[in-house]
Amino acid sequence: MTRIDAKFADLKAKGKKAFVAYVMAGDPDYDTSLEIVKGLPAAGVDIIELGMPFTDPMADGPTIQLAGQRALEAGQTLDKTLAMARIFRETDDTTPIVMMGYYNPIYSRGVDTFLSQAKEAGIDGLIVVDLPPEEDSELCLPAQAAGLNFIRLATPTTDDERLPRVLQNTSGFVYYVSITGITGSAEAQATDVGPEVARIKAGTDLPVVVGFGIKTPEQARSIGSVADGAVVGSAIVSQIAAGKPVAEVLDFVAALAQGAHSA
Amino acid sequence: MPDDLINSYKTGPDENGRFGDFGGRFVSETLMPLILRLEAEYEKAKTDQSFWDEMDDLWTHYVGRPSPLYHAERLSEHLGGAKIYMKRDELNHTGAHKINNVLGQIILARRMGKTRIIAETGAGQHGVATATVCAKFGLKCVVYMGAHDVERQKPNVFRMRLLGAEVVPVTSGRGTLKDAMNDALRDWVTNVRDTFYCIGTVAGPHPYPAMVRDFQAIIGKEVRWQLAEQEGEGRLPDTVVAAIGGGSNAMGLFFPFLDDPEVKIIGVEAGGKGVNEKMEHCASLTGGRPGVLHGNRTYLLQDDDGQILEGFSISAGLDYPGIGPEHAWLHDIGRAEYVSITDKEALGAFQLSCALEGIIPALEPSHALAHVMKIAPDLPKDHIIVMNMCGRGDKDIFAVAQHLGFDMA
Ligand SMILES: Cc1ncc(COP(=O)(O)O)c(C=O)c1O
Repeated sequence: MTRIDAKFADLKAKGKKAFVAYVMAGDPDYDTSLEIVKGLPAAGVDIIELGMPFTDPMADGPTIQLAGQRALEAGQTLDKTLAMARIFRETDDTTPIVMMGYYNPIYSRGVDTFLSQAKEAGIDGLIVVDLPPEEDSELCLPAQAAGLNFIRLATPTTDDERLPRVLQNTSGFVYYVSITGITGSAEAQATDVGPEVARIKAGTDLPVVVGFGIKTPEQARSIGSVADGAVVGSAIVSQIAAGKPVAEVLDFVAALAQGAHSA
Repeated sequence: MPDDLINSYKTGPDENGRFGDFGGRFVSETLMPLILRLEAEYEKAKTDQSFWDEMDDLWTHYVGRPSPLYHAERLSEHLGGAKIYMKRDELNHTGAHKINNVLGQIILARRMGKTRIIAETGAGQHGVATATVCAKFGLKCVVYMGAHDVERQKPNVFRMRLLGAEVVPVTSGRGTLKDAMNDALRDWVTNVRDTFYCIGTVAGPHPYPAMVRDFQAIIGKEVRWQLAEQEGEGRLPDTVVAAIGGGSNAMGLFFPFLDDPEVKIIGVEAGGKGVNEKMEHCASLTGGRPGVLHGNRTYLLQDDDGQILEGFSISAGLDYPGIGPEHAWLHDIGRAEYVSITDKEALGAFQLSCALEGIIPALEPSHALAHVMKIAPDLPKDHIIVMNMCGRGDKDIFAVAQHLGFDMA
């Protein structure tokens, strides 16, 4: 049982939906980013998605592209991202951390080396956007073997024929991408998302959380009401981009968390 | 498998789109169903005679194929060694080899019922070719081009607009060719239903590297029969040489010769200011290492942390930090040799081609020619080199004038 499994079991027992927050590691700089990440659990975040900056984030919209650029310009590296997780774990041993990003920095490090470093740093799961089920032998299977969850994205283009394949080697939870598009674009609609979540749940016992296009507490509530949780990324990153002080960023996150938790 | 295919270099990619360890399908889940559908449609078209009949008809009457295979007599004499032929793909409609591939993809897009075509472009040649074929078929065309390249290549931007395409200057990342490809992929993820992504080189997720190669292979196929016509039945080139950005004109020339071990194959990467630790070049094979970008595993220019680096070259068409996965494989197994040529050497070849042959080459094939200039003098007179003159230099005269200190204003 990973921290992710434990978290969802706990939420279920309390009858609560999960609130998942994405931030880019090292944005706008290492120290500020670490302070934000450390403050997320108290703001009501159930699961932290820690973005790994990459020069070519082809599934991300401008907000997260720029966050990655800021982080890289401020000197963020894979080692520093792992260090953030390690430091976070010194004071929090229950909030799951999922690293999210693209394959090349991991491949460049070496899959086995990366997995043992991630595990040691207290990482619980991975979301790697450019690794579909067709490439499972690259990282997904080794990650599961190393005791990390590999969380897969399901999308509106994942048809019924394909869905079992997508669910097959997924663990932790399923991340339903509510729109065809990049992060931070169109608004997700609960009326569209509800039936899709039901379709996925028919094929798996894993929790299904929904992300992409959720920006307000109200949206987090309405999406949360038709799923097991809601993910917010770009809206939080925008607060950081605007140079808001850490306390204000965390207030913003707390409002979103309240929205999701009231679902 | 028939006996003669067991030791063939031409059977790739495998069912997972791999050439050895290279290639693959490293895309987001949203795109995965789309590239599987594309693969299925392409597999159908490949064995459908009516598809190739349509291609042949357009290649003949619209593009102007076959392009000549030309014995560069004065150049050969000047270098004093090998007998040099140029494959004149610069004479194609729109001035480069790019249209060979665009025609294939657009015919496929029409068969799939797609009404909107997107493309990335660096120097603008692939963008112009795509805009051209879209105009011919009445398709909506959107071309992503790095903001920096939009500034550098104004004539091609205007051409694309004349042809009815929307040119989107890309400011994401550093605003170069790789960023244009990222934005094209982002567009495709957003417009999954009506849009066809027409990739301009032998890169991207499977099936693009194989499909683009197959469309460009017309170059090498023509060379085979044209050389036999001029040099006698069964005569093959001793050496074939082509420039490499992503590697499409090179794969097009190389592929039909992969199983002829007597044919030496040389790919020429852009060495920029020189392949050294400062990374002011685009030589992915000579100066990069394996990684994953734009849907495939291949050699990439990257830093120690796996972040992608920008290439540098005088030629905007070679300015890509990766290379097609089939080249990465041919490199690793040793079937092809890869070398690099600096900006300065390419400029020298550019001028020599103008002066001795009356052919103004694009800067890309000038790199191939510069390598020919290096090897030809030491080769015997009966050694036949075929180099791919894959583009004409109209687009480059401004850049060259600047480098030669000629005031065009
Ligand atoms: C004339 C010409 N040659 C070569 C290239 C490089 O592409 P590839 O390596 O795919 O042939 C370009 C790209 O713009 C080009 O315009």
